[in-house]
Amino acid sequence: MIITKLKDIDEIYNMIEPYSKILIVGCDGCCQPPRSLNEAKTLGQMLELKAKMNGKDLKYKAITCLRQCDDRIAGSTIKPHIEDYEAILSLACGIGPATLNRIFDDILTFPAQNSMFNGAESHGDNRYEEYCDCCGDCLLGVTGGICPVATCAKGLHNGPCGGQVEGKCEVGGYKYPCAWILIYERLKKFNRLDLFTKYRPPIDYRNMESPGHLTLLEEYTNEEEEVEE
Amino acid sequence: MRKRPAFSQLCKAIKEGKFVFTGELEPKKILDLSEILHSAEEMKKTKKIIAANVTDGPQGDAYMSSLVPSYMVQEKVGLEAVWQMTVRDRNRVALFGDVIAGAVMGLKNILTLTGDHTALGDHKKGKAVYDLDSTQFCEMLTKMIDEGTDYEGNELVGGKIEINFGCVANPNALPPYLEPEILKVGRKVEVGVDFIQTQTAFDIDVAKNFLKELERYPVPVLLGVFPLKSYGIAWYFDKYIPGVSVPKDLLGALKKAEKDNKGDKKGKYAALDKINIEFFDPFIKEIKKTTKAAGIHCMAVEYERLFMPLLGDYEDLI
Repeated sequence: MIITKLKDIDEIYNMIEPYSKILIVGCDGCCQPPRSLNEAKTLGQMLELKAKMNGKDLKYKAITCLRQCDDRIAGSTIKPHIEDYEAILSLACGIGPATLNRIFDDILTFPAQNSMFNGAESHGDNRYEEYCDCCGDCLLGVTGGICPVATCAKGLHNGPCGGQVEGKCEVGGYKYPCAWILIYERLKKFNRLDLFTKYRPPIDYRNMESPGHLTLLEEYTNEEEEVEE
Repeated sequence: MRKRPAFSQLCKAIKEGKFVFTGELEPKKILDLSEILHSAEEMKKTKKIIAANVTDGPQGDAYMSSLVPSYMVQEKVGLEAVWQMTVRDRNRVALFGDVIAGAVMGLKNILTLTGDHTALGDHKKGKAVYDLDSTQFCEMLTKMIDEGTDYEGNELVGGKIEINFGCVANPNALPPYLEPEILKVGRKVEVGVDFIQTQTAFDIDVAKNFLKELERYPVPVLLGVFPLKSYGIAWYFDKYIPGVSVPKDLLGALKKAEKDNKGDKKGKYAALDKINIEFFDPFIKEIKKTTKAAGIHCMAVEYERLFMPLLGDYEDLI
């Protein structure tokens, strides 16, 4: 999932302040914590209240979309609603507003969220942890399934570093575990310290460069679907 | 040591079997190198310190780059520098560029470090680089030194660089964290380090055990010690330096010495020096006598007056 954090309400309000009618669109995709219809409605109420406090009348409509990052789904779901509105406020990760701005050329879409990282809820206590940094050269097979790129504060491939103290990381005040100690413990458990001791050369950072483009090989594309279109 | 030649005075002395001492200099937010050069001068005068480490933004703070002070210490004072280079602030292109610049400036030792994260320093919002990690940087140096190429194998015009390089290790690691620390050092040995300088040690038994573990690698080790110039420095070190804790009785003694000699600078210095000598003199002697350590990295930053009382009995190195 893409872990997101709602922007400060003042920042959101300042973005939509020039408009009096906005469409607020939730996303039912992988964005976490959930930002669906309820969250869109709540945000609308907050902005309406804030507008009133500023002597302004803000009209809004809250809807949601299965996946804002899918241009076909987003297009068919949102298009019927946009005609009466001056701007769109997206509650998806950054991919949502980027996609909506691309497919709806005549209206501006603003982001209500900050995208934080790719991760998962691991403890059931509102805590989310980063698991993947999209490095394009997955190391999980040699690190016991723990990603040093995403979980080591320095993204080291040959850790731990000197900032590890009793299994904790210097970044964050020794509160979080050192990824490389976790990797060591996991590989030791499976008697695979051979993987730990092995030197790992640097990764190819071209795989992480922006803008990312990936064209699927012809043999993997769904030709039937393309023909139908 | 590897088959690589000893290019530096430090590595030559180690190869000759001498028990060596290195010192430490810390360029901070300065526009004037006079204090650094003065410290280096004082180290040189002792004849016991063969080279001085020049730090590279410790604790992630934005300080003067270590390249120029390293060069100036060699050029103006005639004391060899151990140029500390972290991989925190430079990608592989910048690291390569700086290393060849340093080689041209006559620097002979590099100490490779990961570097404390920017989140710990005074520019917390900055982007930490870590394009290469310190082990990968070691591999890059090996290519530059042994093969005369950059990381990608492109030839260096003029041949190979003549530099020896080391890595660091934490002698305070206790089980279950000892094994990953030792294995990590092993990777660096595999990619060609010439020497190891450790983080500071205060517990003699822990340090001796660590040195014993490192004996499996054919690389000389300089154990780090940190004479404590003041209670404030000891307190800071204890609180903020990753993995280091100053013994409580030593902290207490320093605090008492400062309190008992309030207003008497001379008396305070004498009391502090006495505490340090009583602690570190037997410590160093035991390390020399009972371990295979190649020497001591004495991180007595701006505490040069302790060198002769502490190291006076050892043979001259320069």
